[in-house]
Amino acid sequence: MQAARIIERILIAIPIILGIGVVIFLIMRLTPGDPVDIMMGQAGHVSEREVELLREQWHLDEPLIVQLGHFLGDLLRGDLGMSFTKGRPVWALIMQALPATIELAMVSAFFALAISIPIGVISAVKQDSLIDRISMAGAFFGICMPIFWLGIILIIIFSINLDLLPTYGRIGSDVNLQRITGFYILDSLLTGNWEALKSSIRHLILPSITLGFPMAAIVARVMRSSMLEILRNDYVVMARAKGLNEFSVIVKHAMRNAMIPTVTVIGLEVGMLLGGNMIVETVFSWPGLGRLVVSSIFVRDYPLVQGVVMIYAFTFVFANLVVDILYTYINPKISM
Amino acid sequence: MSQVKSISPEKMSLRDYYLTRLRLTGRNFREFLSKLSRNPTAMIGLVIILFFVFLTIAGPSIVPKDPMQISLTERLLPPFWMEGGSTEYILGTDQLGMDLFSRIIVGTRISLMIGVLTVSISIVIGTILGLLAGYYRGVLDNILARFADLLLSFPWLIFAIFTMAVIGPGFYNLVFALTFKGWVGFFRLVRGEVLSEKTKEYVDAARALGQNNFKIMAREIMPNILNSIIVLGTLRMGFMIIMEASLSFLGLGIQYPEPAWGSMVNIGRDYMLSAWWISTFSGIAILVMVLSINMLGEGLRDILDPRLRRIE
Repeated sequence: MQAARIIERILIAIPIILGIGVVIFLIMRLTPGDPVDIMMGQAGHVSEREVELLREQWHLDEPLIVQLGHFLGDLLRGDLGMSFTKGRPVWALIMQALPATIELAMVSAFFALAISIPIGVISAVKQDSLIDRISMAGAFFGICMPIFWLGIILIIIFSINLDLLPTYGRIGSDVNLQRITGFYILDSLLTGNWEALKSSIRHLILPSITLGFPMAAIVARVMRSSMLEILRNDYVVMARAKGLNEFSVIVKHAMRNAMIPTVTVIGLEVGMLLGGNMIVETVFSWPGLGRLVVSSIFVRDYPLVQGVVMIYAFTFVFANLVVDILYTYINPKISM
Repeated sequence: MSQVKSISPEKMSLRDYYLTRLRLTGRNFREFLSKLSRNPTAMIGLVIILFFVFLTIAGPSIVPKDPMQISLTERLLPPFWMEGGSTEYILGTDQLGMDLFSRIIVGTRISLMIGVLTVSISIVIGTILGLLAGYYRGVLDNILARFADLLLSFPWLIFAIFTMAVIGPGFYNLVFALTFKGWVGFFRLVRGEVLSEKTKEYVDAARALGQNNFKIMAREIMPNILNSIIVLGTLRMGFMIIMEASLSFLGLGIQYPEPAWGSMVNIGRDYMLSAWWISTFSGIAILVMVLSINMLGEGLRDILDPRLRRIE
C-alpha cells in the first residue's frame, strides 16, 4: 500500500516539474520586446556570435508554442543549454557548484535542527519560565531578521573584531585539498588531510549559523506549540500516572507525536534554506549555486540563470516529496 | 469586525440594513480596540509602526541633510560618539560622504511603501479570485488552484530573484515581482474559508431568501473572513519588506544611491573593515520595522483569529 502511495506521489511531481518549466519559460519569453535584444542590450559587451547562439539555442524564429515544445523536450532530456559567459554546458557548471551548496545547506539544517528541537521541547516543558521567554524572544528575532544583515554582523564581530573565524570562501588559500567528491569535509576525511578538515569546518561555521538561524527560529516555535498541545493530552497524563519518569514521558511519548507537524514545517523551510542560500553564498563568497546564479544575473547569462533556478525549484519539489514520504512513516494514520 | 450574522436584510430597507450593520461593526470595533489596548506586544508594534508612518510622510522635510548629497571630503565619517565623528553626521557617512542618518530616515518610505503596496494588491487579487474559486468551484477553481500550487513550488526568494533578473531593477518591477506570487497566500486562505463558510446555515438562509450570489459573497461571507485576511496581511507585510531588502541587497531591487535600506547594507559590505556603521545601522532599521509589524501581526492574530496560529 505504502509503495503504491509513494509511486503516486512521485507521479504527481512530474507535471509539477513540467509546470515549473513552463512558468520559467513564459517569464523569460513574455517579457515585452525581443528577449535577445533586451538581454544583450543590457549586457553591453556581447558579440554577434553570442546573439546568434542565443537565437539558435532558444529557437526564437519559431512560434511560441514550438519554442515551448523544444524547451520542455530539452528539459526532459536534461539538456539545460550552454552558458554564454563560461562557454560550458550549464549542467556541468551546476554539477561543479552543487557540492558546495549541498554541504552548506546540510550543515545549516543540522545546526538548525540540533538547536531548535531541544529549545522547542524545553520551552514547552518549562512554559512561561525565563528560559522559555528568552528562547521565544530569540526565535521571534530570528524570524524578523534579514539574513544578509545577520551574516555581515557575524563577520564584523567574529572575523574582523575578534579575528576568530575566516571572512569568506570554503577553505584557506594556503591549504591544498585533493578534490574527490567536492564535499570538502568528506574529501579531507577520505584523504586524511586534517589541516584541510580544520580549515573547511572553520569556514563553514559563520555561513551555516547565518543560513540556519531563521529555520531554527521557526522550527523552535512550531516544536514548542505542538509540544504544548501534546502535553495536555490524556495519554501523557496517563504515562505520568503510571509512574514513568519525566524524561521518558517527554522523549518517548510526547516528542514523537510533536514531531509530526514539525516535519511538515521542516519541508516548507527547505524552500527558505534554498532561497537564503543565494544570499548567504553572496555574503560569504561561497562558491556554490547561489553565488553562481547571482553573478550570472549581472552578466546576463540567461541559460545559466534559467538552469540554476530550475534546479532550485526541483530541489524544493523533491524535498517536499521526501517530507511527504517521511510523514507516512512517522504517522501511519495519515494517508498521502 | 467579527461575525455579523444576526441581521436579516430582506426584512428591512437597504438604509436600515446598512445602519444596523454599521452599528454592529462600530460596537465590534470598540471591543476590538479595547482588546488591542490590553495586548502590550501589539501596542508596542503599533506605536513603532505609526512612528515609521510619520517618518514616511514627514521624513524628507525633517532630515538634517539632503540624503543624496555627496560630500567627498567627508567620506566614511564614523558616528558622532566615536573618535573623528561629528554631531553634524549623527550616524556617520558612507563612501560618498552621504549622511547615513538622513538616508535611513528617508529609506523608511521605500520599505513601508513596498510592504503596503505589495500586500494590498495581493489581498485584492487573492481575495477576489479566492471568493470566485471557492464559491463557484468548477473549471475556474481547478485552473486557479493548480496555478497557485505551481507558484508555491518555487521558493519565494528564488522566484523573486528570477523575475527581477528578467524584468530588471526598479520600484514598480519590485512590486510586480513580489505580488506575482504574493496573491497566492490570500487566494488559498480565502478559498479555504469560503469552502467551509458556504456550507453554513447563514449562507443557506440567505440563498433561500433569494439573495443573489454577489450579495451572498460580499455581504454574508466576506465579513466573516475579513479577520483572517487582516491578520495574514499584517504578517505578510513584514515578510515582503524583508524580500524587498534582500533583492535590493543583491543589487536587483532599488539601486544605490537611492536611499533603500537593503542596498545600503550592500554598499556597507565593501567597507566592513573600515566603516562597520553603514551596514549595521541600515540593517537595524530593517530589523526594527519588521519586528514591529510582526509584533502587531501576532497580536492581531491572537485577538482576531487564533486559529491562524496553526497555519503560520
